[in-house]
Amino acid sequence: MSTQALPPFQIELNGEPHTIADDARLSALVQRLKLRKGRIAIEINRAVIAKSEWESRLLHPGDRVEIVNFVGGG
Amino acid sequence: MIEDDAFQLAGRTFRSRLIVGTGKYRDFAETRAAVEASGAEIVTVAVRRVNITDATRENLLDYIDPKRYQILPNTAGCFTVEDAVRTCRLAREAGVGDMVKLEVIGDQQTLFPDVPATLEAAKILVKEGFKVLPYITDDPVACLKLAEMGCAAVMPLAAPIGSGMGIRNPYNLRIILEQAKVPVIVDAGVGGAADAAEAMELGCDGLLINSAIAGARDPVAMARAMKLAVEAGRLAYRAGRIGMKLYATASSPLNGLIR
Repeated sequence: MSTQALPPFQIELNGEPHTIADDARLSALVQRLKLRKGRIAIEINRAVIAKSEWESRLLHPGDRVEIVNFVGGG
Repeated sequence: MIEDDAFQLAGRTFRSRLIVGTGKYRDFAETRAAVEASGAEIVTVAVRRVNITDATRENLLDYIDPKRYQILPNTAGCFTVEDAVRTCRLAREAGVGDMVKLEVIGDQQTLFPDVPATLEAAKILVKEGFKVLPYITDDPVACLKLAEMGCAAVMPLAAPIGSGMGIRNPYNLRIILEQAKVPVIVDAGVGGAADAAEAMELGCDGLLINSAIAGARDPVAMARAMKLAVEAGRLAYRAGRIGMKLYATASSPLNGLIR
């Protein structure tokens, strides 16, 4: 586990710059964005993060975060 | 009378042999109405970035209940093995099971699959425990290889995605069906109800339709038409059609005619 970087710092969220202002836990980001946990999935730097790890997983400067859900498709 | 037959796919039993997509609808209400009218039990969806700025917006799954339908996430739009595999892993983590519709697109204009990339991605996904349903060219050798590596079904295209051109090469489909060790589901190309019936009459195990329903003037009516066509085609296949002859054979007796 790498050392914890103290906010504020920048990450890339769904292709856009995003500032982590205080709590660096992934679960805090999900909460702040008001996302419904049951409907989404997250990867950080191209690796899927299991829902059970969101609480303990800390974001780091420059992390590339993708948050996805299901949309209409064929 | 032949009893209706169940559809075995990836260790599960389904009554409907029609799988429908959820793309291109006007709104979620129309999507739900069409899916209901189609009688489908398996419904495809795409995986995309959430709307960060407005996360309170309604979600497709508020209308298509994952408890009622088997959700089949696709990898539409993926051009590489890595992106397709990542998309499947994300879909599984989102919590709708391990059945995935694998597509690795090779060409933007035709949306034909990249066959070697599809084979490579399928191998990885099967190893990771996914029930893989690959969209593939109507190529008997590719279909055979996918079945042998452990895919739950093969899904050859009948014509390009969204083209509505119908079954362009029924002879290849016949060969694929003859060699099939897993269910064969025609994915892409159906335009009208006759195309759907034709695919099922050939002996296909199932059919995946999106554009032909969502793009119809009345999608809900077309969904019902496709449901009936799939049922009619399947029943006709099982009933065994007559052979073709060049000349007539009278249907009425030749004896007893008045003179």
